[in-house]
Amino acid sequence: MNDILHTLPQVLIDGLALGAIYAVVALGYTMVYGILELINFAHGEIFMTGAFVGTAVLLAAQGTGLAASLPPWLFYLLIMLIAMMFTGALGVGIERVAYRPLRKAPKLISLIAAFGVSFVLQDVVRFIAELRTGNYIVSSSSLYGERMSLPASSISSLFGDATVKTNTLIILGAALLLMVALDRFVNRSKWGVAMRAVAQDRETASLMSINVNKVIVLTFFIGSALGGATGVLFAQQYGTIDPYIGFILGMKAFTAAVLGGIGNIRGAMFGGFVIGILEMFASSNLGTLTGGSFGAEYKDVFAFSILIIVLIFKPEGLFGRAVKEKV
Amino acid sequence: MKSKGIGKGKGLAAIVLVMALAAGCGSGNGNSSSNQESGAKSGGQVIKIASQSPLSGGSSIQGEAIKLGAQLSLDDHKDEFSKLGFTLELVPYDDQSDAKKGVANAEQIGADQAVVGVIGHLNSGVSIPSSVVYEKYNLPMISPASTATEFTDRKLKVANRVVARDDFQGPAGAQYAVKTLNAKNIFVIQDKTAYGQGLAEAFRDAAKEAGASIVGYEGITVGEKDFNGVLTTVQSKKPDLIFFGGMYAEGALLVKQAKDKGITAPLMGGDALDSSGMADIAGPDVAGTLYSSVAGDITKSNKEWADSYQAKFSKGPEGYSVYAYDSMSVMLAAVKKSIEDNGGKLPAREKIRDAVRATKDFEGVATKVSFDDKGDNKYAKVFIYKFEGASYPGSMISEVSQ
Amino acid sequence: MEINSTRERLAGSKSLQAGLLAAFVVVTSGAVYLMDKSVLAFLLLLGSLLLLYYTGFSNGIKWASAGILLLLVIPFAASGGSSHEAYMEVAAQCGIYVAMALGLNIVVGFAGLLDMGFVAFFAVGAYTYGIFATAQANNFIPGSLFPLPGGSFWIFILLGGFMAGIFGILLGLPVLRVKGDYLAIVTLGFGEIIRIIFNNMEKPINITNGAMGLSSIQPPDLFGFKFTFPHQFYFIVIGILAVVIFAVRRLEHSRLGRSWKAVRENEIAAQSMGIPLIRTKLTAFAIGASFSGMMGVVFAAKQTFIDPTSFTLVESTTILVMVVLGGMGSVPGVILGASLVTILNLQVLTELTSALNALSNNGYIGIPTALSPSKMQRLIFGLILILFAIFRPNGLIRARNRKVSLESVAGSGVYPAPAGRAAIRK
Repeated sequence: MNDILHTLPQVLIDGLALGAIYAVVALGYTMVYGILELINFAHGEIFMTGAFVGTAVLLAAQGTGLAASLPPWLFYLLIMLIAMMFTGALGVGIERVAYRPLRKAPKLISLIAAFGVSFVLQDVVRFIAELRTGNYIVSSSSLYGERMSLPASSISSLFGDATVKTNTLIILGAALLLMVALDRFVNRSKWGVAMRAVAQDRETASLMSINVNKVIVLTFFIGSALGGATGVLFAQQYGTIDPYIGFILGMKAFTAAVLGGIGNIRGAMFGGFVIGILEMFASSNLGTLTGGSFGAEYKDVFAFSILIIVLIFKPEGLFGRAVKEKV
Repeated sequence: MKSKGIGKGKGLAAIVLVMALAAGCGSGNGNSSSNQESGAKSGGQVIKIASQSPLSGGSSIQGEAIKLGAQLSLDDHKDEFSKLGFTLELVPYDDQSDAKKGVANAEQIGADQAVVGVIGHLNSGVSIPSSVVYEKYNLPMISPASTATEFTDRKLKVANRVVARDDFQGPAGAQYAVKTLNAKNIFVIQDKTAYGQGLAEAFRDAAKEAGASIVGYEGITVGEKDFNGVLTTVQSKKPDLIFFGGMYAEGALLVKQAKDKGITAPLMGGDALDSSGMADIAGPDVAGTLYSSVAGDITKSNKEWADSYQAKFSKGPEGYSVYAYDSMSVMLAAVKKSIEDNGGKLPAREKIRDAVRATKDFEGVATKVSFDDKGDNKYAKVFIYKFEGASYPGSMISEVSQ
Repeated sequence: MEINSTRERLAGSKSLQAGLLAAFVVVTSGAVYLMDKSVLAFLLLLGSLLLLYYTGFSNGIKWASAGILLLLVIPFAASGGSSHEAYMEVAAQCGIYVAMALGLNIVVGFAGLLDMGFVAFFAVGAYTYGIFATAQANNFIPGSLFPLPGGSFWIFILLGGFMAGIFGILLGLPVLRVKGDYLAIVTLGFGEIIRIIFNNMEKPINITNGAMGLSSIQPPDLFGFKFTFPHQFYFIVIGILAVVIFAVRRLEHSRLGRSWKAVRENEIAAQSMGIPLIRTKLTAFAIGASFSGMMGVVFAAKQTFIDPTSFTLVESTTILVMVVLGGMGSVPGVILGASLVTILNLQVLTELTSALNALSNNGYIGIPTALSPSKMQRLIFGLILILFAIFRPNGLIRARNRKVSLESVAGSGVYPAPAGRAAIRK
């Protein structure tokens, strides 16, 4: 028990960083689902593409010496913006090519297409990475790699000190900023109103002279851009990326979206943090709690079990509204 | 009636698709056979040696190294064999680190009568089922990398390896950790693969026996990037040493994230960390990391060889390149010997299989090779290395023989 | 015009069809027999089954000729050259995947429930046999009773199917509350959970031997005759496949099969027609899973080694691709889809890769290894999924519902099964 308390500050910090990533990726799932009622399986891959685009820009700029001439924060921002533009456009392209022709098709068919998109993206990114570097596992240097200590032991002697990377703080800050901006956009702006209207009832919204297609394109752009930005944050945090990071991470982000109530933006943020912290807690304490018979290797089972349990007992999520099926 | 017509049209479309596939396949086949002919023209009967290693997927750096190492040895022996009237050819197969793919490839390799031996595989999990197939075809295999005990413990006639077994490599590392480094508290992490688990268990048991206490034993997931959870546990247990049984991609991240957490205990791993990927991923944080390996530092002990590798493939040799080179050399020596014993003609596969197993005191580039009755190399040694800075390979600090 | 009239003549004359087919079989099987290694000839020989499907014969004759082709002609033709076992390995794996795809077809194609973790049931079957046919079971059952002799294999085919069926119901239970795309993600999670658990169950009690896998699995044994070579497994696979195909054909048009399709088309409407939703869905999961479980047992015996890496998500997706490619709900389509994907995976991509390798080794062309065809599996599968979803949602061979004429139903008071031409479109 003491061990668990002792490591708690560190677990919380790491869990928050991971949770912030899940939360922003979950936003993409939740926005698309809210509007199209489609699980955009490819969203995890959009996140991954963002990570690769960011890393490519970083490596290219470092190669030409451009990186040295800019202050690191501006450079970081620039990389994120480039990655966001790229993945935003990619998301719109995917919608146009693979999802729009299937908007009236049964759910099963569009899901299969989404799954296909995710596979294609994985392999295309692998091609490019392997052609350029000879290996699809790509590493880059971290712009903000400094470490600092968080003296949690001064609060209570039960806690141990935690170590934080500067980049962890950047992740938390950037994620919060993105989420607040999105929340305000959806709730305050004219386009946000249109978005919510389309999510509620596409046909009625179109009768109210809302351009439904434009709204859907905008949703995909914003959701994918958020995913791409998170990809850059992820690549900076862990330093190593490969084309397969998106899938399982996407599943967990989706779990977060479901937990918070799918279609609910604030719920997705909350769900992301909960899943991140729970996962981190499980991976550092499962072994201690079960006396070594189950260890950190079960942490994914833990995450997926949450998904299944929520879907069975509270499919509308913590903050969602239960939907009655119309006949 | 009309609907039937439509059905027919679609049927035809389907048939056309099959034909197209078949044609693609046929052309592929045609190409390889034409190669065979051109080879035959230049130097008589073709002897093929297959290599099986993952050329795609997470272990492709090492898989590629095996292929290239084998290629280099084969090219070095080409003249020797053309004097005997044979043309050597390497047929590289990609097993994708997948047992099913490995077995299916093995059936194809076994069916090709021109193939007389196999160099491979990387992963023990693929070597074990594939060796059953080679056994059916009496096709000798020499693995430059598979360390699982089960691989040779089944006493197959075809399965050989030049590298040390897990139950030698693990304990050798444990001896060094406990006796030389004086590690009292060791935290063991493994990646839940056949390789990682086998090595980690062998290390754990030997370290316990040598008097160290194991303060934790955890598993991680291959392909993950965030190991902070496990490392937080490590931090709270304050070990003197972390042992990791697993591949370089995860090992390097563990090293890096442990440094981020301020963990000062060094990480030690097995031969899978013997890769340039370690330094690429972990950067300067890799300094101080230890790994055991089964080959001496080839860039120092035989610079000439390393240079010829570099010149040929324009990249530096990996740890497995040199084992693959030696495996191929052993294989070719056995083939040559059995040809000579057979009056200059290529003998049946059984003869070559037995000749490989009978290899005694073969002087390879990296290691001496003598197979025992199970196919394990009697001269397999374990070397302990340490990364000094962000460059591969590390420097050799100890040597353990059997 | 010319082509059309030829086609009509061909469609009209059965003797002409029979003659052409026979000639085709003779030529291709002769080629397979005589040539040392010709993938092309072998594929064409397999293609004769497809031609057979498009002939105008009665079903009885089709089945009988398919039986002759599969049991006599193909094994005999393949036995000619040195590539015998390689052909038979491909054919046996094809059969295994066909049975699995037919199982998934019940769940996805008939009942419309998207299952993305289907390989879990294959794993359950494989481990059921693997654990008891090695010394592994001694770890948790006292007394050195294991490994069971190879003769137990035949019982384990049923047991493996049964165990997988139970897991199918276990997975099915949450499904009762979960619909549509949520279902897809739950099954995906379930598949991963099963794999992770198998990968980790070496402690606290060693049941699956974890990541080390189970090796030296006993080969099947029939009155002292041991099955070790692919050409021997081929016959086991064909035997099980025959049972599976027979069962699927019977089920498809049974009361249960019609209920599945009704649930697929409209759940609420089906329910109000008196179809028990829970039972219908659960049987779909259980029966689909059990086919996969049976082939899991065969797989374990054929490989003699299993470990959790054989049961990943990519594997589940591969089976889904087979169903989508062939045509959801269409039995002949799914058989075609499964065969095509397996052959593509095992033969075409491998052959192309080694051919390209040979070319670049000889210095003709430099192809970067990143582009080697055997790595393009995901790309190809992804493209198949997208293109078929958009342009051909009914697959290569469209599912056809049996037509029920109005006269036969009129007055009987039975409501005809929804007989829409478009099987999946709402």
